[in-house]
Amino acid sequence: MLEFAVQRLSKAILVVIGVVILNFLLIHMAPGDPASVLAGEAGSGDAKFIEQLRAQFGLDQPLYWQLWTYLKGVLTGDLGYSYRNQVPVTTLILERLPATLLLTGCAFIFSLVLGIVLGVLAAYRRGSITDSAVMTGALVFYATPLFWVALMAVLVFSIHLDWLPPFDMETIGADMTGWERVLDIAHHLILPTVTLGLFFTAIYTRLTRASMLEVMGLDFVKTARAKGVPKARIIRRHVLRNAILPIFTFASMQAGQLVGGAVLTETVFSWPGIGRLMFDALMQRDYPVLLGVFLVTAIVVVIVNLVTDLLYRVVDPRIEAAG
Amino acid sequence: MKKRNVSLLAAAAALLCASVFGTAHAQETPTKGGTLNMIAQPEPPMLMVGLNTQGPTLYVAGQIYQSLLTYGTDLEPLPSLAKSWTVSPDGLTYTFTLQDNVKWHDGKPFSAEDVVFTADKFLREAHPRWRLIATTYVESITSPAPNQVVFKLKTPFSAFLHAFELSSFPIIPKHLYDGTDYRTNPANQTPIGTGPFKLKEWKRGSYIHLVRNEDYWKPGKPYLDELYFRIIPDAASRAVAFEKGTVDVLRGGDVEGFEVRRLVKMKDVENTTSGWEAYAPLVFLQMNMRNKPFSDKNVRQAIMHAIDRDFIVKNIFFGLGKAATGPIASTTLYYSKDVPAYPFDMAKAKKLVADSGLNPSEYTIRLMPLPYGAMWDRMTEYVKQQIEQLGFKVNIQGTDAGGWSQNTADFNFDLTFNFTYQYGDPALGVARHYLSSNVIKGTPYGNNQNYLNPKVDELFAKAAGAVNKEDAAKAYAEAQKILVDDVALGWLFEMHNVTVNRKKVKNLVTTGIGLNQYMDEVWISK
Repeated sequence: MLEFAVQRLSKAILVVIGVVILNFLLIHMAPGDPASVLAGEAGSGDAKFIEQLRAQFGLDQPLYWQLWTYLKGVLTGDLGYSYRNQVPVTTLILERLPATLLLTGCAFIFSLVLGIVLGVLAAYRRGSITDSAVMTGALVFYATPLFWVALMAVLVFSIHLDWLPPFDMETIGADMTGWERVLDIAHHLILPTVTLGLFFTAIYTRLTRASMLEVMGLDFVKTARAKGVPKARIIRRHVLRNAILPIFTFASMQAGQLVGGAVLTETVFSWPGIGRLMFDALMQRDYPVLLGVFLVTAIVVVIVNLVTDLLYRVVDPRIEAAG
Repeated sequence: MKKRNVSLLAAAAALLCASVFGTAHAQETPTKGGTLNMIAQPEPPMLMVGLNTQGPTLYVAGQIYQSLLTYGTDLEPLPSLAKSWTVSPDGLTYTFTLQDNVKWHDGKPFSAEDVVFTADKFLREAHPRWRLIATTYVESITSPAPNQVVFKLKTPFSAFLHAFELSSFPIIPKHLYDGTDYRTNPANQTPIGTGPFKLKEWKRGSYIHLVRNEDYWKPGKPYLDELYFRIIPDAASRAVAFEKGTVDVLRGGDVEGFEVRRLVKMKDVENTTSGWEAYAPLVFLQMNMRNKPFSDKNVRQAIMHAIDRDFIVKNIFFGLGKAATGPIASTTLYYSKDVPAYPFDMAKAKKLVADSGLNPSEYTIRLMPLPYGAMWDRMTEYVKQQIEQLGFKVNIQGTDAGGWSQNTADFNFDLTFNFTYQYGDPALGVARHYLSSNVIKGTPYGNNQNYLNPKVDELFAKAAGAVNKEDAAKAYAEAQKILVDDVALGWLFEMHNVTVNRKKVKNLVTTGIGLNQYMDEVWISK
């Protein structure tokens, strides 16, 4: 088990370094020069100004040298300096990462729990009105674009009903502390979480239902039923435990998107997260920030995969042998 | 030596205004206190205006930093950190007398030394517009007394008094910046100015929070306690924020044109297009004259006739503008009406193309839109349709902002859009697009279309070097005539940015720099 973890970890580090190099090269291949974007933003730019900017960011050095400088920095924990914001990239990312983890984490749990519950319900009551209702709902949310859901949610729950705040992560200027602040953030969290989570809820619902129905047709379930085990118990003990693996696999994929996948939601709801930081950095050709976000995303994905691999064994002990 | 005291005139004008307004608002006396909520869109990269003069930076930092002068809606200079100023009759010596008892936010006294440092060292190094002025015209900058600064010029420069607007000349604290590397100075993160508000907190991605400066040099001001600039990245959400009363002010560009139309109809809301006089943004088509077909004057004239500018303003930009007639906006100094006109006339446009002797179907024009949103995309599509009616093939080449500025800077375009801020005087914001000395590869805001005309260069130089306004006006009038006849650029329209605010916010837009003006007179009625 330990050997397995060490082996996976060293592979993971190599993957991350590969990702860094690849990202670096891809980004520098994109058209658009950071210095001229910055000069453009400043509303003016003579040749000297742009030259100064290039020299300041080391953009006048050859590409391999820039890559080498960057890699050296990354290995010592220095992700560089944002061209645009003039602050260390690490500071920027650490400032914004918690907001994203909170939002995507909540959306993840929300969609997983609701999806499984609805999927089990639909499978349990196959063919009934409940089943059709759940499956229709799932189809609708699977097919509807995220930003539209977000806008409609704001329109209904914020503007017309005035129940939920339409943007920001907390009430600005209220200076709340302790539980009051936690409740305030939770209140602000509802709309973006639901918006971000509904698509995955739909997927989990469909996956759970299909997987449940498949397992329900297997012999050992028939045996249990023949033995007179109550239906609820069969579903819980026999079916769900066996049906959960595909859902688990998919959930690990969603978890990989936890960091980078919330650009739209963060934009619509003014959520101060890392997805927006990445988007702004891309538009402004702020390479160090962009690379920093990619690096953090890659690390999170790798960690999630490691954890998933380990968890597979917990969920289904038979997998151990294949390690 | 007889000196003209400009500040006396300005004071008289201010008194006159005050008496007019005084009667209108007699029953309303300003009350202290309150929080004003605004939007910073997009989020400024930093608040150090000496290093970044983007719109949102100026909007926020205009409350923190101040310049020597500010400008009325008629573009006449008004006192700011300079309480008065005199100009010698030969137009070579400018003497500014500074306000008394001004302190930096960190408690250090402000003095003429700061102004000299700013003008002679900081901005010369860090600010492209000031650098050009300083190297071309300024001979020396000295402070004969702690509250006096004297600029001696090499040759007269008629626009000089207009060069002290906040975005061109923010005053930087010498004690924090002298002898350091300006761009990496840690003080950039904690801006220290002389303005009515101080930075309290900047939560990136959420808001910028300013609080009143208790030591402000105008006694009893500012009226407001706090300012919040919220970061709301989505245009629809910004409209919702105003509608819900979360923010009190929308700056031009904060929401889409159709939302402006809807929001100004709300109760207790007022709006104005005033406050943009100093910038007077003018939108134009940039035609690359290095190659056919745009090297041919007939083709450029044909394009001017083929585009209905009133249609663009009315149907694409929701009436928020006015068709342009030439290089200088009608609201700014030295505008001349006496130029050739290009009324919308397809028949004439087609005839001009025929006159050029070119076969339009042989040319495929790359049209690069400005990536600023839906209205700009619709305008691009309209222009494509119109030009195609002349027989040319047009391909729209979309890019993001980074790609746009690189392509424009590298002259890698046939046809693109741009707009320019005029900064109150043609020598500052207009001439740069037409001077042949300003064809510089690598910068996106110069003479990128490659317009070369020695006569125009000469006229601009003459106007800039004029000692009195009449001479300058004459030279500018002649330059406008030539430029319009040559179609040096395809001027489309003057942008009218609308400021929308709740009626309870008083005294919001009072000068020609609009919301960039420090808000020490703004108050909220209870």
